[in-house]
Amino acid sequence: MAGERHRRHCGGGDVDRRRDPAVGVKTLVRKPPADERRLDVLGRMPRLRRVVMSRSFQPVSMLLLLAPFALAIVAGLLGTSAGNRNFGIVFVWIVWWAVLMVLMVPGFGRIWCTICPIPAPGEWIQRRGIIGGGGKLRTLGLRWPRRLRNMWIQNVGFLILALFSMIILTRPTVSAGVILGLAGVAVSMSLLFENRVFCKYVCPIGGFIGLYSMAAPIELRVRDTQVCVDHRSKDCITGNERGYGCPWMVYPGKLDRNLDCGFCTECLKTCTMDNVVINLRRPGADLAKPGGGKQIDEAYKALIMLACSIIYPAVLFGPWATVRGWASVESLWGWAIYATAFLSATLLFVPGVFWLTVFAAQRRSATGVTIRQAYREYAHSLIPLGLAAWMAFSVGFALTNGSYALAAVSDPLGWGWNLFGTSETGWTPYLSGTAPAIQAAILVGGLLFSIRTTLRVGFRHDPSGTTATRAAVPVVAFLLASTLALLWLYLG
Amino acid sequence: MQTSKRPVIARRSVLLLLVLAALLVPVPAFHAPQTHRISIDASQFEYSPGRLTVNRGDTLQVTLTASDVVHGFFLDGYEIDARVEPGISQQFTVSADRSGKFNYRCSVSCGPLHPFMIGELVVGPNEPLWRASAIAVIAAAAMLIGAGTRRSA
Ligand code: SF4
Ligand code: SF4
Ligand SMILES: [Cu+2]
Repeated sequence: MAGERHRRHCGGGDVDRRRDPAVGVKTLVRKPPADERRLDVLGRMPRLRRVVMSRSFQPVSMLLLLAPFALAIVAGLLGTSAGNRNFGIVFVWIVWWAVLMVLMVPGFGRIWCTICPIPAPGEWIQRRGIIGGGGKLRTLGLRWPRRLRNMWIQNVGFLILALFSMIILTRPTVSAGVILGLAGVAVSMSLLFENRVFCKYVCPIGGFIGLYSMAAPIELRVRDTQVCVDHRSKDCITGNERGYGCPWMVYPGKLDRNLDCGFCTECLKTCTMDNVVINLRRPGADLAKPGGGKQIDEAYKALIMLACSIIYPAVLFGPWATVRGWASVESLWGWAIYATAFLSATLLFVPGVFWLTVFAAQRRSATGVTIRQAYREYAHSLIPLGLAAWMAFSVGFALTNGSYALAAVSDPLGWGWNLFGTSETGWTPYLSGTAPAIQAAILVGGLLFSIRTTLRVGFRHDPSGTTATRAAVPVVAFLLASTLALLWLYLG
Repeated sequence: MQTSKRPVIARRSVLLLLVLAALLVPVPAFHAPQTHRISIDASQFEYSPGRLTVNRGDTLQVTLTASDVVHGFFLDGYEIDARVEPGISQQFTVSADRSGKFNYRCSVSCGPLHPFMIGELVVGPNEPLWRASAIAVIAAAAMLIGAGTRRSA
């Protein structure tokens, strides 16, 4: 099933060929190109391996997180309406969001999906158990419609959340409602469909985590694809007494991008050939692969996320209080203007400008690649910069508002408790003078990473390299313009 | 291989020099120091004016008022923190001796949008912005030129 979205990773045939002529002389002693170097993490860390291989690893992590999430919901529903004193708002939108965007996604890819408590109840119902061990799933077993096997629902879901983000971020009840709603949809879908259909095709958070996880320096893959080809029983798909068949409906033997794997570690357990590994690798090794997603959904995900990473700081932290008022639905008219502008920017303007960019890139190069394909593949260049932009946004928000967390853990509902003696902690912005420099460094780093991806796409389209740099110029200009806009928002 | 290494090193040095220049060359300011008397009104959830522009070396004598509930005024980077109640104005002075953009934000919980009650003080010439932008442009150009010449080498 997963094969639809995958192409065989043909031994790096698609990687930076252009460097080879220069390296040719040294072929005999040549190390593999940096993009292909891998370090088997669990092989190096037997203790960590024992933890990850244990059947209780994932359920226990989920259970541990279920507690604060439940508290966030309770606090949201029953606690104070002052967002910055309410555990529901502070824990989810300051602590969780910052940890997710600044540490988890850039450092560990989809690790959040490993421990996410939202689909946990549904999964446990399907499995009729929490720790379990590879029985048959009990659901109605409906099949997810073929037409929806893409990221469109996630794109739309994210846009809807983004449109109301100002009230989700500031009203505890709304915030709790959103988490409850997501959990409710997740449970219902577990009852109807097999496996993690919710996570894979619906969860708006999973969508962008998956996209950006391709930039991470970590991956779950098989050690040797031939071993998988030869292994007839394919326990990773069927499951066995040690674990379930891949809940994300992926065949690990063909897995070549983090986007498709939920990092649930189930196949590590089920694989009887000990062929599944977690690798440390060069960040972004999944980007700029051929195809770049078979459909345009993935490109749109990248474009929407980049556009939002520019709109968010402008609306939330910019000096335009009127726009902020519109975004927080103070009047229906204001919100309608905001929503129209927001949707036009994310769905039409930015993708349109990017289309012109790719069109220009194609005009400047003589490759046989269609504009559609070029569009999908160059869209991968937006991923590192988009991730950097979200990191810069989250760093700023966490540094200024992180101190609310101290008060909120001691007094989660804002009812005057003082559990850990920190409820009187006042608001203290951290590093308020240095934050812009940190943000600028992150943004410039993201730009360079993005340009590198652009060049890789260009050189793959034109292995002789004659027109690759020329083709890259418009895309780099687009990336640079986005970066300058972001720098202006944060520093100007 | 040996022959092609030289230009690479030369190019890298040029690049490094350009980045250092972007980082270190002082941006001159041609303005005589001034003193600005500024009134800022805080209300849910905005400051008016929401953006102030001054030159480095200027002094701001700020009169802060609140028109609905109690608000605060925290100036990033300058670590100035004031609290103002409706009807009782506050005065303080800021010596704008560091250039760049510094947000001022409410430091007293004043309602749902309180964390987003933000204004901007821009102290020109805005060195951090120009330097960061210059580095972005230089780095982007260098990567393109580098990729182009690597091919032709
Ligand atoms: S069980 Fe292991 S070796 Fe067999 S197909 Fe699955 S991943 Fe490959
Ligand atoms: S490929 Fe393995 S780790 Fe990834 S989702 Fe499937 S079972 Fe889980
Ligand atoms: Cu206020």
